[in-house]
Amino acid sequence: MSGIWVLIEHRRGEIREISYEMLGKGRMVAEKLKQELSAVILASDAKAYVDKIKKYASRILTIEDKQLEHYNALSYQAVLSALAREKAPTLLLMGHTSYGMDLAPRLSAALKWPLATDSVEVEVSEGNIEAIRKMYSDKVNARIGFRGAKNCLVSVRPGSFPAEIDAAYEGEVISVTSSLTTEIQARKFIEFVEAATGAVDITQADILVSVGRGIGDAENIPLAEALAQALGATLSCSRPVVDKKWLPKERQVGTSGKTVKPKVYIALGISGAFQHVAGMKNSGAIIAVNKDPKAPIFNVAQYGIVDDLLKVLPVLTEKVKALRAA
Amino acid sequence: MNIIVCVKRVPETSEAEITIDKSGKDIHTEDLVFDINEWDNYAVEEAVRIREKEGGTITVVTLGSQESQDTLRRALAMGADGAIHLNDPSFLGGDPYATAQALQAALKGKLFDLLLTGVQAGDDGYAQTGPILAELLNIPHATMVTKVDIDGKKARIHRELEGGLEEVCEIELPALLTIQTGINEPRYVSIMGIRKAKQKEIREVLIKDLGLSPEQVSAAGSLTELKELFLPPTCKVAEIFKGSPDDVSIKVIDILKEKGGL
Repeated sequence: MSGIWVLIEHRRGEIREISYEMLGKGRMVAEKLKQELSAVILASDAKAYVDKIKKYASRILTIEDKQLEHYNALSYQAVLSALAREKAPTLLLMGHTSYGMDLAPRLSAALKWPLATDSVEVEVSEGNIEAIRKMYSDKVNARIGFRGAKNCLVSVRPGSFPAEIDAAYEGEVISVTSSLTTEIQARKFIEFVEAATGAVDITQADILVSVGRGIGDAENIPLAEALAQALGATLSCSRPVVDKKWLPKERQVGTSGKTVKPKVYIALGISGAFQHVAGMKNSGAIIAVNKDPKAPIFNVAQYGIVDDLLKVLPVLTEKVKALRAA
Repeated sequence: MNIIVCVKRVPETSEAEITIDKSGKDIHTEDLVFDINEWDNYAVEEAVRIREKEGGTITVVTLGSQESQDTLRRALAMGADGAIHLNDPSFLGGDPYATAQALQAALKGKLFDLLLTGVQAGDDGYAQTGPILAELLNIPHATMVTKVDIDGKKARIHRELEGGLEEVCEIELPALLTIQTGINEPRYVSIMGIRKAKQKEIREVLIKDLGLSPEQVSAAGSLTELKELFLPPTCKVAEIFKGSPDDVSIKVIDILKEKGGL
């Protein structure tokens, strides 16, 4: 058997964007290897998802089971490993997301199929699949090979590929019987909760003054606050600042926080990890201040200052104040 | 409540200049500062907090070179009771599957209620070893955990999802949890504390102690192969303002005016 599989990711009835990104890349790999592209949908009721995915894959494999209503590593692994063993796809693509990160490594170990996580490219070299992934704070790319394995798994970093729009398949739906016979007790989904609740809505701001690890200390936060106030801007931040409890979660920009699109985004001491960039890359203008000239934030910013932000910040605030007063 | 925490010594790379060595498969690490992996630091702290409430013991485990002892000492100073060091050159150079296989051999037969790791390591960022280890030990797992409440033979946990959302799960113990940054505020470790922790035992484990063959560890025991490292092409680079804080501030204000921020 063969085939390129894409595991469709959905939550609360919505197909997640990463699914379309993987379908696009999956189609390219399938064409290169002259194999079929299949979308795999695990759900309690797959119909609504099938209608949306049909034109993006030549086959749609569905497994419907009450226990698949919400993502659960153990139920997903049970049905997916049974299906994969039987049909032996060449490649299974999953998202490097909260769900995929939870599932892919365990599935890889259960199947003993190699896995490249957090991949930003999938290549075919002399008929072999290889993945390119990021290492060392995104400063280095690594090429991962699968040692001649017939089947492999790749989890894909969100935003690495454009979402599929061109495909025009008439996906053949193949319904597969769930292999779950008993109720899974070891891990159970209970409910969803909002982690970030508060009065401040950073998604509504025209200007965001955003601080990262480079602010150095909680004591320096007022310096950024002063600039935000002078500009009539809102203060936001990257993950490390929330982890250290310097600012509340509601201020966090990025994958696990909010996605923002202000007219101007001023990134102060933010290195530019992809999880952060994913939440702000569509801002009107991005100005970054960082003392590391090689910080990835300078790949997404239009304007940059390579300097100690604690030196620049007070001067900039005074100049803005003076301009406002004039 | 007996807790095992897997930790790793890693170089700090987010603010360092990274260059690739002659082998083309590793980076130069001579000038880098090494410390406990950030995620693991939160995992050790979480273990200490759980033990404060539930009682029991904490054992930290690492697979790594001789220098990894520093990382174990640090975790012992934070409050762990004992440590296991898989300290054999033949363990090194494996992918997460090979690493998990060695860890599983070291933990097999140990009685524990909770096995904690970080979500990922700050150097290679695979985020695989924890869940693979859970599969090899045949225990349930949950990744990206931001809250743990022990309730008898179960734990109620929060997992971080995208967009500020979390999912609440119930998991039966023993279980493996990978701990996300921000779950707690890790305690400060003093030099004195590390010195004191020297009295605690670090048990060294060699490959022959685990009954593993060389084919099961390192590159031979890996499912994947790191073929090469290369520097990513820079796609788009910011226009860099040069000059004194005064000079650059004026330029920033010009941009703010032009882009509608002022």
